[in-house]
Amino acid sequence: MSDVSDHGAPRASVFAGLRLTWTAGLAGAILLFWLVLALFGPWIAPHGEAEIISGTTFAPIGEGGLLGTDKLGRDVFSRLIYGVRTTMLLALITTLISFAFGVTLGFAAAILKGWFDVVISRIVEAFMAFPSTLLALVVIGAFGTSITVLVLTVGLVLSTGVFRVSRALGYDIGVMDFVEAARARGEGTWWILTREILPNSMAPLIAEFGLRFTFSILFLSGLSFLGLGVQEPAADWGLMVQENVGGLFLGSSAALIPAACIASLTVSMNLLVDWFQQRQQGETVLEKIDQ
Amino acid sequence: MTDVLTIKNLHVEGRPPGGDYVPIVKGVSLNVRKGEVLALIGESGSGKSTISLAAMGFARPGCRISRGEVWLNGRDIMALPPHDRHALRGDEVSYVAQSAAASFNPALRIGRQVIEAPLWHGAGDAATLTAAAVELYRKLDLPSPETVGEKFPHQVSGGQLQRLMAAMAMSCGPDLLILDEPTTALDVTTQIEVLKAFRDIIRDQGTAAIYVTHDLAVVAQVADRILVLKNGETVEEGPTNQILHAPRHDYTRTLMAAVRPAPHLVDHIDPAAAQAPVISVRNVTAGYGALTILSDVSVDVPAASVVGVIGESGCGKSTLARVVAGLTPLREGTVILDGKPAAPAVRDRPRAALKDCQIVFQMADTALNPRQRIGDILGRPLDFYQGLKGRERAERVAELLELVDLPRGFASRFPGELSGGQKQRVNLARALAADPKVILCDEVTSALDTVVAAGVIELLKSLKDKLGVAYMFISHDLSTVASFADEVVVLYAGRVVEKGPSKAVFSPPFHPYTKLLLSSVPEMRQGWLDGVADTSEARAASAASVVIGGTGCPFANRCALAISGTCDTTAPAVRDLPGDLQIACHLPVAELPVS
Repeated sequence: MSDVSDHGAPRASVFAGLRLTWTAGLAGAILLFWLVLALFGPWIAPHGEAEIISGTTFAPIGEGGLLGTDKLGRDVFSRLIYGVRTTMLLALITTLISFAFGVTLGFAAAILKGWFDVVISRIVEAFMAFPSTLLALVVIGAFGTSITVLVLTVGLVLSTGVFRVSRALGYDIGVMDFVEAARARGEGTWWILTREILPNSMAPLIAEFGLRFTFSILFLSGLSFLGLGVQEPAADWGLMVQENVGGLFLGSSAALIPAACIASLTVSMNLLVDWFQQRQQGETVLEKIDQ
Repeated sequence: MTDVLTIKNLHVEGRPPGGDYVPIVKGVSLNVRKGEVLALIGESGSGKSTISLAAMGFARPGCRISRGEVWLNGRDIMALPPHDRHALRGDEVSYVAQSAAASFNPALRIGRQVIEAPLWHGAGDAATLTAAAVELYRKLDLPSPETVGEKFPHQVSGGQLQRLMAAMAMSCGPDLLILDEPTTALDVTTQIEVLKAFRDIIRDQGTAAIYVTHDLAVVAQVADRILVLKNGETVEEGPTNQILHAPRHDYTRTLMAAVRPAPHLVDHIDPAAAQAPVISVRNVTAGYGALTILSDVSVDVPAASVVGVIGESGCGKSTLARVVAGLTPLREGTVILDGKPAAPAVRDRPRAALKDCQIVFQMADTALNPRQRIGDILGRPLDFYQGLKGRERAERVAELLELVDLPRGFASRFPGELSGGQKQRVNLARALAADPKVILCDEVTSALDTVVAAGVIELLKSLKDKLGVAYMFISHDLSTVASFADEVVVLYAGRVVEKGPSKAVFSPPFHPYTKLLLSSVPEMRQGWLDGVADTSEARAASAASVVIGGTGCPFANRCALAISGTCDTTAPAVRDLPGDLQIACHLPVAELPVS
């Protein structure tokens, strides 16, 4: 059979194996752009995060700063650059938290089954029954608005979805013959989880990570917009929309620009996840054909 | 006679992930006349299914028909626009896939699915088409043809569903019928009824047919001409008689040599000298949830011997292996491994007990973790049971690979880089890594091509001689078991109906079910089907299906010799017959079926 050449692909050069579509390429470029800004923001930004550069509030694009000024006369361009840092970092941390909880509990439920699965699943379903924003509002309302509370709350709310996905994956992979073979050998739960199930669920989990990251950006921005997220004078895209929404009536674009940035980040992430999933599915379809 | 289908110089290419198009079919030409059955035979990867799909002008996703002409009823269908080509399918040409269970929509009634294609093509209204379908059901010998269309797919048996699939394909009155391995997934006893139904309906309607299969014995029953394929190229073509009896090409001879003779023609192995059993299954009852699969099963596997377990799908063969391995908990009875009673669940067994009894699964594709290298897959049991590490471990892995006739360098490969036969060898090597006393082989050759399977069987034999390992060899393939096993256990509906040395089991007197199994194995003799399908045994067997967990003898409803009032009410006791044979049947010894 010609198997050798077909499956040698993962070991070939990374870029040759990527097979980017143009949408995925564009999305990747946009994400890379934001990532560079997030990493080197303070050196790139012309002004400080909370520095008031002009007496004119809601100055139009080109006057005052590159993208105008906001309601206090701060540079929109500089705040955007500082904002991408906050937005992406918070989203990353919340997504990591949601995965730490969701994947651990989901796989544990799938492997241990029985009462553990029943109890955890019902609790998660109870949480899922609440609208997630409402749930976050209640928790943040009760514990106050600090970054720690914000990140933990959003992470836990998002982990319910991650739990369902990992539990389903764990159940699916847990009945495959190679897992049965490991069980028959006498392997313990930890080995089966980390060596047999986890490596084989990486692809769907990576896709899920991308989606949760997107959702987490939207969620955090939404909370910031409601005044429950990041607090001034720190810059966050959701917060910037909220601060400058009054300027819309004055013809200022100070609220629209961060909104567009949120859109560009989430849409790019989604496109990249789509491409990744299609690539995974495409491979399995083609593998079947090749037989 | 005129050609219904002519394929000229067909080239099909497929694209592996991330690669360029590679040829799958390289310049094959063929023709099928009206009323003729052409068989395409070859191993997997020979392009036989790809050619049969190309006959409809279709290529699977990722594949393309790069060159060649496909003439159907005097039209080059490759020159037609896609829409017109689509209109041909289910009208002039139709297709029967390997698995009927996967081809029927489980949520819709059968009748509606059977008439779907002609209705779509506007061949008539639902009422007339249903009447025509009922006529087809009758011709296909389906039970209660008037009402079978009202049922859902899960309510009929596998063999009936496959025949209904044929009804679906014939409902539009096609000129060309394509049958892609239509009986491969069926048990031998079911295969007979389906083969006969297919052949009769093709003759009756005068349809041209392409029959794709790897089973030469099946081909002998249905085909007029045979086209032998290898790696997408024609090896040999000729009338069935000539190919079977006077093959010209070496490759065809290799294929013929890999076919095992029917079980009653094999020189059976004499029973091995009595050895202490390494596995002793005593009166085991087991099942899943409320369902009881195995009832009161007792099997012994003596050291360094081969015990074959045979029976149709669903009879509990695999459950038996899983109970022995501790993967499925038993409800009653005991499993004794090497003289010591074993805990029912695998997690309660000590490592030494686990090491002695290893299991090899049927599907080599799914039995190896795709994310681990072969070296790690084989190395783990070495580490786990023997504590081997580093260089020592790598050396032993290389030895194991050589033991199963694979190059040492395979240790650095992933399972995806291996062929099916190679994967099955790795699968076996993993079991051998534990240095076991007995290996449970669950249908290890069933998913492999005949030539490859023959190689794996030879390997199993040589390992047994070299290492003195015993096998519990589970299979539905009687010929393989007959040529390989010292002792045989016949299971039916979760009960042992006959067991003993293979010589005694495969020679008279038989249990009626063993007799049915033996007579159902296709022989490479033209006309075999006509002889066997008309016996009272075959008719009784196809009239009903397996019932698990009933009262009386489980086989009573399909047995031509059943004594009413006895067999259907009382479970037969196991009787000892001369020659260490045990049979569970009410019939007096003198009335048990012979030859």
